[in-house]
This record gives sequence, structure tokens and C-alpha cells, in this order.
Amino acid sequence: MQKDIFAQVDLPRVYRRRQLVNSVMLGLTGLFLVLAIIPLIWITVYVIIKGGHYINLDFFIHLPRPMGTSGGGVLQAIEGSFVMVIIASVIAIPPALLAAFYLVTAPNTPLATAVRFSTDLLAGIPSIVIGLFIYAIVVVTQKHYSALAGGIALSTIMLPVIIRSAEEMLKLVPRELREGALALGSPEWKAALRVMLPAAAEGILTGIMLSIARATGETAPLLFTALGNDNYEIGNMIRQGVRHHQSVLAILGQILDQPADALPLTLWKYAQQPYPERVQQAWAVALVLLLFVLTLNILARFWLSHRRRQLGE
Amino acid sequence: MTLTVKMETKELSVFYKSFQAIHAVSMPMYENKVTAIIGPSGCGKSTFLRALNRMNDLVPGSRVTGEVILDGGNIYDQGKDVVEVRRRVGMVFQRPNPFPMSIYDNVAFGPRLYGLRKKALLDELVEKSLRGAALWDEVKDKLSQSGMALSGGQQQRLCIARAIAIQPEVILMDEPASALDPVATLRIEELIGTMKQWFTIVIVTHNMQQAARISDYTAFLLMNEERAGELIEFSGTEALFTRPKDKRTEDYITGRFG
Amino acid sequence: MNTTIVTKRPRWQQQLRYKLQHGDRLWKLLLLLASISVVVLVLWIAWRLWDQSALSRHQFGWAFISPWAPSSWNPALDKFQAWPSIYGSLITSIIALLLAVPFSVGIAIFLAELAPPVLRAPLNYMVEMLAAVPSVVYGLWGIYVFLPLVVVPLGNALAATGGQLPLLGGLLKGPMPVSGLSRLGAALILTIMITPTIAAVSRDVLLAIPRSQREASLALGATQWETIWQVLIPYGLSGILGAVILGLGRAIGETMAVTMVIGNTTGGGNSILRPGYTMASIIANEFAEAVSDMHASALIEVGVVLFVVTLLLNALARWLVWSVNRKTMGS
Ligand SMILES: Nc1ncnc2c1ncn2[C@@H]1O[C@H](COP(=O)(O)OP(=O)(O)OP(=O)(O)O)[C@@H](O)[C@H]1O
Ligand SMILES: [Mg+2]
Repeated sequence: MQKDIFAQVDLPRVYRRRQLVNSVMLGLTGLFLVLAIIPLIWITVYVIIKGGHYINLDFFIHLPRPMGTSGGGVLQAIEGSFVMVIIASVIAIPPALLAAFYLVTAPNTPLATAVRFSTDLLAGIPSIVIGLFIYAIVVVTQKHYSALAGGIALSTIMLPVIIRSAEEMLKLVPRELREGALALGSPEWKAALRVMLPAAAEGILTGIMLSIARATGETAPLLFTALGNDNYEIGNMIRQGVRHHQSVLAILGQILDQPADALPLTLWKYAQQPYPERVQQAWAVALVLLLFVLTLNILARFWLSHRRRQLGE
Repeated sequence: MTLTVKMETKELSVFYKSFQAIHAVSMPMYENKVTAIIGPSGCGKSTFLRALNRMNDLVPGSRVTGEVILDGGNIYDQGKDVVEVRRRVGMVFQRPNPFPMSIYDNVAFGPRLYGLRKKALLDELVEKSLRGAALWDEVKDKLSQSGMALSGGQQQRLCIARAIAIQPEVILMDEPASALDPVATLRIEELIGTMKQWFTIVIVTHNMQQAARISDYTAFLLMNEERAGELIEFSGTEALFTRPKDKRTEDYITGRFG
Repeated sequence: MNTTIVTKRPRWQQQLRYKLQHGDRLWKLLLLLASISVVVLVLWIAWRLWDQSALSRHQFGWAFISPWAPSSWNPALDKFQAWPSIYGSLITSIIALLLAVPFSVGIAIFLAELAPPVLRAPLNYMVEMLAAVPSVVYGLWGIYVFLPLVVVPLGNALAATGGQLPLLGGLLKGPMPVSGLSRLGAALILTIMITPTIAAVSRDVLLAIPRSQREASLALGATQWETIWQVLIPYGLSGILGAVILGLGRAIGETMAVTMVIGNTTGGGNSILRPGYTMASIIANEFAEAVSDMHASALIEVGVVLFVVTLLLNALARWLVWSVNRKTMGS
């Protein structure tokens, strides 16, 4: 072997250049991270200061006052968000978990491939398009906007998020656990519900929490499904129902059947109104929304990483 | 032929956080000779080897004391360029780890880093390196194919070619044949035999027959009471395997422990 | 099943067995139904949108999405041509992508390769949080903080300098609206919004690369940057491209924040300094007040375009993963 092929190049100079490139580029990546985190801090701090300034008890327990007057609150939006997220969870969680079970028990079937592709697609479809679809199948059929339609729209958003995370978590359950149960003669469904589900429960729950956080912040799918409703107040509906001796089901129907408001929907409307009081309230809504969503996220992720560490991953 | 010391450790100790993995090892590695390092699992063979080209720098919390002298200079000296150390001291790993690029690019990877750009020079170097690794005849018609498409043994020889392409002076090998089948193992062993005319080779192996077959010198490491690896014996391979001076070496090579 | 063994068992055991198997059959049926319904849901969405857009499709044909058809979006005359909003989606997403990709990859590198262990967890949290902020909150902050403080000065500077350029001049033609409502504003907000998504996925891609690849490169004397740039990034390229496509999908589909800062008008020419529409924002802004069936149908057709784009991006991502895997893993 000839030993001097590198005599062709000025090695010390090459070293110096490479070290320089190295330090510059590595430094740049750190700088990028700092630059990316600035908006987060900026938004959070700004929302906390602005929103914190306008938030008060009334804000949580009153309905909106007429435009242009100050005071009032966003109780209708809080209740609407609550109702619709519950509807969405009730609709989305069972089929999502079942589909996830299917994906882990029959991972290589054509149907599983189709489900995975559909899930990815569903997660990628813009939420505004989901809103259009629910409008077409629910609102058009019912002939009016409703909390139910909004809840269904949100469930469509939650569905792929839960399927994905649940599949992931179920896959982490050791095979032996399931096979052990099956070998002992326990039926498939029991092995799934009594062995796999508990083993993956925390992971699945965190996935559900994240999907709820996501749904709570969604506006687009509600625009033409829930529409918005300044007078959406469950307490009133229940009181009215009781006064008129309506059944529980009828009252529930009322709650589901009315157009409803939601926090992000209110924020969107208020942000663009020319009344300063409304814009101030928009900041307050942003604060509530941000805190709720970030708290859920932090809890879920903290729980998950804690759990992962326990499993010794 | 005179014997020159190419590389030498002096009181070399390696720590992972507070755990000491290597305790005060001093031994020479002679130029154009194959030095084998043997010892039971976990005694610190890999750790020792990785200290010789500062690969341990990558492990967070690892620390080295003592010296590793390469041609009279300590590679751990302040201001010593680790990049240069690694050019002079190449390494081949236990599992073949080619890059997911063409065979040609795998071999040319190192030289390009060091500023070699000319196509003609690179072509020549790639061919020479692949010949040196006894791989040329098998791959000369498919240099643009992915290196990952080769068999395990070929991949390992590709990694050897990649290592010698930067024309190191010392080549460290950590159980280079342990993931290969017997035929591929044999080829690697033959290769090492021819390579020593160009390089100083330090090889870790689990397999004592292998050490006996291919090496000129053998070092036997064993962990002491604190589980830190110590050098028990260093001598010519034949002497070590036929007339071990230390009782523990004898126990080990006769399979009475480990 | 070995029936002879079953018949030898006591009756109650047989019954129990039967019941349990029955439970299993029901269970399997449920799993199947749920899985099928996910697939059906997607098909249903596609069909419903397609069906509801029939009016517009028949009326306008391919001209609806053609860049060369005379553009008009006129609810009063029931004449609709979607190119301006498609253009808005494209230009804002492309700018966002061009800005976000280098940032995201840099961040991913820092998080995966460089961050000191103590900083790693909090930094990861921050990136995830950035992705979790609801888009209306971005929008609100955008209108009242980001547009006036960043976008307006930047836009004015661009108009003053770049507006004079021969080729790019058209894209940078002023004047910048005083409110800052513009495609540029939308593109920058999108950049902020998709950066954490791309960064987080790319980081996971980098972390999944075997350590042996890093060692191989470093043992050849590569610097850390050379290892990252010449070994790790090529190794994870398919995954990183997947992340970029994911980000592109997000950018094209993002609705609320964009609707709040883009100004919502079908005019605006080509300049990024002018207000405009994106596909998502035109639906959000007009559908609830669609004046005619044709108007609604045209908006739903825009939804169809969005759906198709999503479909294509997903297919592209899958194909990429498949083809690059095939290439690197050998035959
Ligand atoms: N990165 C590390 N961090 C902490 N301890 C380590 C690390 N690498 C190795 N060790 C410890 O150092 C000791 C020596 O390990 P080393 O891998 O060098 O042994 P070895 O002789 O090569 O073993 P084997 O024959 O199994 O490859 C072991 O006790 C091991 O647990
Ligand atoms: Mg070892």
C-alpha cells in the first residue's frame, strides 16, 4: 500500500476547516432550537398576561352579555365544549379500541393494512373537511345545527389519534402475556379485556387524554356543525325540563339537539369582533384553552414517560 | 527484522462514571505484528481496545487515566486532535456496520472526509483498499450496489476495506469474526495474516484457537476483585499458549474457567 | 377441534365452552366491525364529498382547479373558480416548508444528538407543547401580536427591496396592508406551527438509527457534524421526508390560524404580501353563509381537492418509505 496518498492534501488545513464547520453547524442547530422555542414562550407569556388580566369568576359562571357591553362570561362555551367532548369520546373510544385490538391481533391481514391506511388518511384529512362531511350527513339530515353534530365531528378527529396510540401501546404488551392467557384456555376476548387491556391501560389512557386535548382545541369541524349558541346552558335546560315534567331522556335530547358553543369557537368569533371587551374575553378564553390543553398534554406525556421508565425501556 | 513498538499503553485505566473497567494496563503493540487480547467476557477487552483510538470519548461519563503512546506521542494529550488519532488508528467492529450507500461510497467515505476529491485518486484508492480486504474480485462489477446487499462476511470485509482506505497505521478489531460463519471467519483470519505486512493490528477475540492461529503476541486480561480488568500476562503467542507463566492464564487457556 | 374429547366432558363444561366460544365469535365480530367501519368511514367521506360537489363539478369541470382558467369567485353570479385559493394554499405551504425544514431538522439534530441529558427532557416537552397549542390561539396571537410586530415590518422591507427584483418582484409586490393580514403572515404562522411536528418526527427517526452507524463514522475520524450530515441524515432520509410530508399536509390543511391572518379575499394577485385565501380558509369563511346551492357545492368541491391532496401526500409518504427501505436494506 502506498503510504503517501494523503500527501496530496494539506491535512492540517483540512482538519482546521472540518473542525470549524463542525462547531458552526452544531452551534446552528442549538440556535434553531432556541429560535423555535421563542414563539412558544412568547405566546404562552402573552396569553397568560393578557388573559390573566381579563379573567374573573363571572367569566366562568355567566352567559355572554349583548355585544358592546362589558361583563358576562363564556359559560355556554365551557358547557358546550364539555358536552361535545363527552359525546365525541363516547362515540370514538369504543370502536377505536376495538380497531386497535384488531390491528394487534391480526396485524398482517389485508383489512389491517386497509385500516392503517385509512387511519393515517383520516388523521391527515383537514379538520375543516371533516366538518363539511358531518354537515352533509348530520346537519342536512337533521335540518339544524346541534351539539350532537359537533360531537360527531370531534369524534372523527379523535378516532385516528386513539387508534394509533392504542395500537402502539397494545403492541408493547409482551406476547407471552397474551399467549399465556390463551394457553390456559382463556378465550380471546377475555385475554384481550382482562390481560392486554389492563397491561396497556395507562398508555391507552394517555392517548385518549391527548386526543381529548386535541379535540378541545379544534374549531374548524365545529363551524358548520355546532355553529355556536350564546344561550347554551345546561342548567337552564334541566330546570326548564323539570318544570315541564319532561323525562330525563327528553332533557338529554334537548342538550344534544341544540346548536352549541365551544371555547375555540367563541375565541374565534370574539377575536374578530370590533368590540374591545370581546377581544379581551378572547384572550381570557385563549388562556383557559391553553392551560387546559397544555396541562393535559404535560400530564399525559409525563405519565407516559414515567411508565416507560418503569417498564425499563 | 527489528521489533519496533508502534503503540504502547502506560498504566492505562478506564472508568465508566465511578466504575473502573480497566486497571493500570501497560503493554506494547509491535509494528507489523498482530496482538491478540483475550480474556473472559466482561473483563474489559472492548473497553481497552476502544481506549486506543478514543472511541470511549463518546460514552458519557467515561474517563481515562494513564497514557496511550502512538509513535512517541500520547493520544490523550491536551490539544491532540481526536479526528487525527482516529485516522491513524482505525477500527473494525464486531458486527459489520456498512453505511446504507454504495460499496464505492462506503470505501471512499473516509478519504473524502480528509479532503481527497479527485476521481482518479479515489478510484485507485478504492480498488486498492478492496483488494487489500480481499473483496475486489467479488464486487468489482457492482461497486454502485448498496453495501448492505452483501453477505455478512463480505460486509465485514467491506468494513475492513473502509477502515484501511484512510491508510491508518494501526487497526483495531473487536471480535471481527464472531458474527460470521466458519468459512467467512477463515477468510477474515487469512486476511489478517496478509494485512499485517502493512499495518499494526490489535484484535480482541473470544476464541483462543483463533488467537493462537493468527496472532504474534497475546495479552490476557482478567478482572480483579473490584471487577476491573487487569493485564495478567503478555508475551509471544506461542509462549503464552504453551508455557504460561501465570497460573490464571493456564487455567483460562486450558478451559478450566471463564 | 377434537370433538371426541369435547363430548366426553361433563355437560356444564360443554355449555361453558360453548358460551365462551360464542363470546369469542361475538368479540371477533366486534373487532371486524370496528375495523371495517374505519375503512368505510373514509370511503364514506370521499363519496359524500364527491356526491355533494356534483353540482359544481358538472358546471365548471376541470376549469375549476385550472391555473389558466379566468379566475372568478362570484357568489352573486354563481361563478366559481378555485385557483386563487389553491394558489394561496400552495404558496403559503411551500414558503412554510422552505423555512420550517431546515429549522426542524436542526432542532431534531440538536434534540437527538447534542442536547445534554439534563436539558433533553424539558426541551422535548417544549417542542411537543409547541405542537399542542390550539390553532385558534396561534391565530389570536397572530392577529394582535405577530402581524403588527413582525409581519408588517418584514413585509414592508421585502416590498421595498425584493419588490424591485425582475423575477421575484411579482411575488413581493407591495403594498403590505397595515393590518398585516397577508399570505406572508399565514406562511410565517404556518412555519411556526409545522416546525415542531417535523422536528419531533425527525428526532424520533434519528434516535432510531443504530449506534453502530455513528460508531462506524466516528471511528473513521468523522467529526460529529460529518457523522450527522453524511451518515445519519442519509440513513434516516425516508423517515425525515415522511416527516416533511406530514408537515406539508398539516400546512395545507391548517384552517383556523390561517383564516385569521390571511385576510380572506379572492383578489390579491400573486404577491405574498397581499391578502388572499387558502382552500381551507375559503371553506371556513364562506360555507356557513353560502348563498346558493352552487356556492355550497363549489366549496365542497374545494374540500374534495383537499381530500385528494391528503390522499396523494399519504400515498407519497408510503411509497417513499417503501422505496427507500428497499434500496437501503438490499434485495
Ligand atoms: N458504556 C458503558 N457504561 C458503563 N459500563 C460499561 C460500559 N461499557 C462496558 N461497561 C462495563 O465495563 C466492563 C467491561 O466491558 P467490555 O465491554 O469492555 O467487556 P468485554 O471484555 O469486551 O466483554 P465481551 O467479551 O462480552 O465483549 C463490563 O463490566 C461492562 O459492564
Ligand atoms: Mg467486547
